[in-house]
Amino acid sequence: MIQRQVIDVSALPDHAFGSRSIMWWATMGIIAIEATVFAVAIASYFYLQGNEATWPPANTALPGIFWPTVNVAILLASLFPNQQMKKAAEGMEVRKLRVWMAIANLFALAFIVVRVFEYRHLNVSWDSNAYGSITWTLLSLHTVHLVTDFVDTVVLMVLMFTARAARDPRRFVDVAENSFYWYFVVLSWIPIYAVLYWAPRLL
Amino acid sequence: MSGIQSALHPAGVQAEHIARLWDVFLWVSVVVYVVVLAFLAAALLRRRPEIVPNAVDPRVRSAVSIAASITVLTLLGLITASVFTSRSIASVPEAALQVGVYGRQWWWQVEYDDRDKSKRFSTANELTIPVGVPVTLHLQSSDVIHSFWVPNLHGKRDLIPGKRTTLTIRADKPGVYRGQCAEFCGYQHAKMALWVNAVPAVEYAQWVESSRRPSKVPSTPQERKGQQIFMSSPCPLCHTIQGTDANGKTAPDLTHFASRRSIAAGTLPNRRGFLAGWILDSQHVKPGNFMPPMVLEQGEVEPLVTYLESLR
Amino acid sequence: MSVEHLPYALPGDDALHAQLEKTWSPAKGPFRWFMQIDHHILGKRFIITAFVWFALGGILAALMRFQLARPENTLLSNDQYNQIFTLHGVTMMFLFAVPVMEAVAIYMIPLMTGTRALAFPRLTAYSYYMFLFGGIMIYVAFFLNMAPDTGWFTYPPLASPEFAPGKRVDVWAQLVNFTEISAIAVALEVIVAVLKQRAPGMSINRLPLYVWSMLVTSFMIVFAMPAVMLASSYLALDRLVGTHLFNPVEGGDPLLWQHLFWFFGHPEVYIIFLPALGMISSIITAFCRRQVFGYTAMVLSQVATGFIGFGLWVHHMFATGLPQSGESFFTAASMMIAIPTGVQIFCWIATIWMGRPVYKPPLVFVLGFFAIFIAGGLSGVMLASVPIDLQVHDTMFVVAHLHYVLIGGAVFPLLGALYYWYPKFTGRLMNDKLGHLSFWLAFIGFNLTFFPLHKLGLIGMPRRVYTYLEDTGWGPLNLMASIGVVILGLGMLAYFVNALVSAKKGAVATADPWNGGTLEWATLSPPAHYNFVHMPVVSGHEPLWHAPEHAPVVTGLSTTAKEVLVTRTFDAEPDHRYVYPAPTPWPFLAAVATGGMFVALLFSPWALVIGLPIASACVIAWFWPSSPQKEGKVPKEDASPGIVRKSEAPA
Repeated sequence: MIQRQVIDVSALPDHAFGSRSIMWWATMGIIAIEATVFAVAIASYFYLQGNEATWPPANTALPGIFWPTVNVAILLASLFPNQQMKKAAEGMEVRKLRVWMAIANLFALAFIVVRVFEYRHLNVSWDSNAYGSITWTLLSLHTVHLVTDFVDTVVLMVLMFTARAARDPRRFVDVAENSFYWYFVVLSWIPIYAVLYWAPRLL
Repeated sequence: MSGIQSALHPAGVQAEHIARLWDVFLWVSVVVYVVVLAFLAAALLRRRPEIVPNAVDPRVRSAVSIAASITVLTLLGLITASVFTSRSIASVPEAALQVGVYGRQWWWQVEYDDRDKSKRFSTANELTIPVGVPVTLHLQSSDVIHSFWVPNLHGKRDLIPGKRTTLTIRADKPGVYRGQCAEFCGYQHAKMALWVNAVPAVEYAQWVESSRRPSKVPSTPQERKGQQIFMSSPCPLCHTIQGTDANGKTAPDLTHFASRRSIAAGTLPNRRGFLAGWILDSQHVKPGNFMPPMVLEQGEVEPLVTYLESLR
Repeated sequence: MSVEHLPYALPGDDALHAQLEKTWSPAKGPFRWFMQIDHHILGKRFIITAFVWFALGGILAALMRFQLARPENTLLSNDQYNQIFTLHGVTMMFLFAVPVMEAVAIYMIPLMTGTRALAFPRLTAYSYYMFLFGGIMIYVAFFLNMAPDTGWFTYPPLASPEFAPGKRVDVWAQLVNFTEISAIAVALEVIVAVLKQRAPGMSINRLPLYVWSMLVTSFMIVFAMPAVMLASSYLALDRLVGTHLFNPVEGGDPLLWQHLFWFFGHPEVYIIFLPALGMISSIITAFCRRQVFGYTAMVLSQVATGFIGFGLWVHHMFATGLPQSGESFFTAASMMIAIPTGVQIFCWIATIWMGRPVYKPPLVFVLGFFAIFIAGGLSGVMLASVPIDLQVHDTMFVVAHLHYVLIGGAVFPLLGALYYWYPKFTGRLMNDKLGHLSFWLAFIGFNLTFFPLHKLGLIGMPRRVYTYLEDTGWGPLNLMASIGVVILGLGMLAYFVNALVSAKKGAVATADPWNGGTLEWATLSPPAHYNFVHMPVVSGHEPLWHAPEHAPVVTGLSTTAKEVLVTRTFDAEPDHRYVYPAPTPWPFLAAVATGGMFVALLFSPWALVIGLPIASACVIAWFWPSSPQKEGKVPKEDASPGIVRKSEAPA
């Protein structure tokens, strides 16, 4: 009979938050991918700018700056409910979590509505010139992330109103990682906002 | 014919520099390859003690460090050689002679510019340059990316729509060199060649003189008939013949067509039979090219070819 | 079947084996093919599918070689040739090289890190279907005369709507979406699995070198692939909705494409090559009977390659006429990447020197790697020099170089590795005689095919030409190359026949037929669906060479739920348990929805508006939690008698 040491892991927890969980690493990986996409898109923006004498090119109006600035405010304000949501998830407090998820979703919704006005005041069409093309592309890249995370949060919120999910710690990990991703959506908006609306004015 | 489109037979100063650099890289590589594989063979074949110890032999450790250091030094040497060659190539003095080269799907338009408009002229798929004189080529494309490459004279340079690039070359040996488009450009990338005639200065001056003249006026009835056929066909919509009404700009200038070495961008020798075949069914020779097939009557081909072959 | 003879067995494991087989059993029923999430099943499918594309790409290559066998040959028209050379490149780069390396990782990594499954198994399934559908799409397009014909690099303006009407280039752009989504998803799984699911004690400095190479590769995929996805999206936008990103007339720039494409395209080469280096380390270790010399240097070299690989892309653009100072930087960087590769080669030679080589086919394929790859590496150093590159860029010389690097550097090691791991895939051994024969045919055929191309490039033959004139004098060398491809093809055929026949008739393999030292050899051949009854606890490299019968093992993971152990990132100490999901058809349906959307995007941008909600619905259904009955209960394993149970980690 073999005498062998064993490590009994049955007492270990069945979930973990933050960088201990595999969901955190997956989210981190997705953020790395998306950040690369944004970085490459911003690099192409400046590459195209380098080809033009003026930016925006001649006969093209500057993009409207009011609505995007409103959106900066909304997104920064959304950090608070997002933070509360993450805390409630990590504490597995279902009721609090439901409330904060709903509030966070309202912020995201407001942002999406303002985004429509943002598009309407870009003052250039995607098919007018390369400036218009890259402006629309960059803004739409961000919009896709915004909408994706919004849908994701809505789905998780619906889940949190079901009894089964509200007992499963893994769902709380999902919510926590989802709000972690929202930080990225907010933080990526700042450089994109600066590039799209301030680069044509200042550079 | 071998050697007229070869980087290993330099006929110009830049190609010469590159060929010398190539020799350095080649021999260094051969030595590195032989030495590394010799060590591998020795490692495989050497006699071993009965029991292979698991410990690391310190001599092996230092051998690996030495090998890595030699690698670094060799690479530094090669980088230096490469950078100096780049400098020598770039140090060819500013050229007096400027020629415009336009890449087209799938031929080369060559423009000899001059301040005096009447002295400008255009040719196709053939570049004539004086020996020993630097010539700056202004490379442009208005369709897709092409790449100008005459290996006996220099490395290649891309022709990029929306950009102007230049390439300065200097042929040091008289001769005929062949070049070919080196960037994939569609259906007939394979059949987009050009000739470079490097000729002594005197001969070059004569050639320029004759190229500036308008086309030869038809002198025989057959040639006159051929010209009529040309002018009444769709040909003038695309081709120019200086001194006639034909002034199309989308296809090669035919003013001195008969003096050229080949037709269809280096695809066929410029001889009667090939020319007739080309005119009647160019799509067979070079599928996808933009010259439509010509519908000609039985007796029209001969005079048309005779006329074109008279355009010296 | 008994598992009690395995190195990490405890008494009573046979009963656990039966229970775990039941818990981890793959999907059953008539629709099981669409529901599997088991990494063995998906890994094998992935490998086989990749080799189907490889065979098709190889046939295309042979067709090109036959066309070029003599001047002005008329076997293929220019239109056919352009589609074929494009599809050959697309197949080998997007449908074979990267996927097959990831496929092997899907199968092997959990076995080598001592865990029960790869992270995110449903995502693996989705990746597989995306990969499969992408390949089917482009080959269907080929048979409809709609295959892309602008090269695998698809430079605008040649690929712009003005010069490439029709759908051919759109097919290319969508194929990139299919394959890159698949590649990125698998890369994420590999990263998470390697960092978070290892046998306790397998700290980051004890990872097998192959696992290290896949970790670095996966990080490279994460940072390189987004560039090409963005580029292909730009191209699709230019073609579908009339943006001007690459249109020079409206302020766009064709060179932007080249920067984006090669920012992906050059790392791509190392993404293909690094896993092969890991395979070589595994094979040399096993067949020279000793640990690889210079583990730390090897790891640092791989990481350095990963970083430097992102700094070389401009050497594909020397002929565009960039500023000279920039050129010198990229020359230096391109040559410097030879250093980490050189260090690894020296370490392997040192390992062989101090070891005792056993000339089995896997090692012979690796020796073939040395002979071919070193030549390819040296011609790579030549190409890094701007002046030399200006002559040989876009010529047959580059064709020779890249095949020396990719076939010599990746395919030969891959064939060796598949031979080596074949018992883990099938439970049988391949035939050694046929193995040696296939090697020699492939080796001779390869050199006969590709060595002459160096000379052809130097004497002026550009690449991507469907024919050439007799006067060029390129005929004899081309004929030689075309004869070579027949021999190379025979070698590949011998290998495939060997692989197919041995699956049924090969000698039955024991758990560790080569006396390997890494954990995959501690499982059955082929492994049970759960891989390890007890996760081993490791305390060094090549744990099987260091008295595994005395090593501690992990107990306490559920036997009735698909539970895996999540470990800490660097030291691999046990952290928590995690239950894996059940088989499901949703990844398949999500792939059908996304794939359908991509195909519809060939025709209209509105496909996005309709397709995205459908695809999202599938993904939501996929992530919707399943009932606890399906996942299984999580009662604890009972203590077996005769076991000293201690809860502290071993020293």
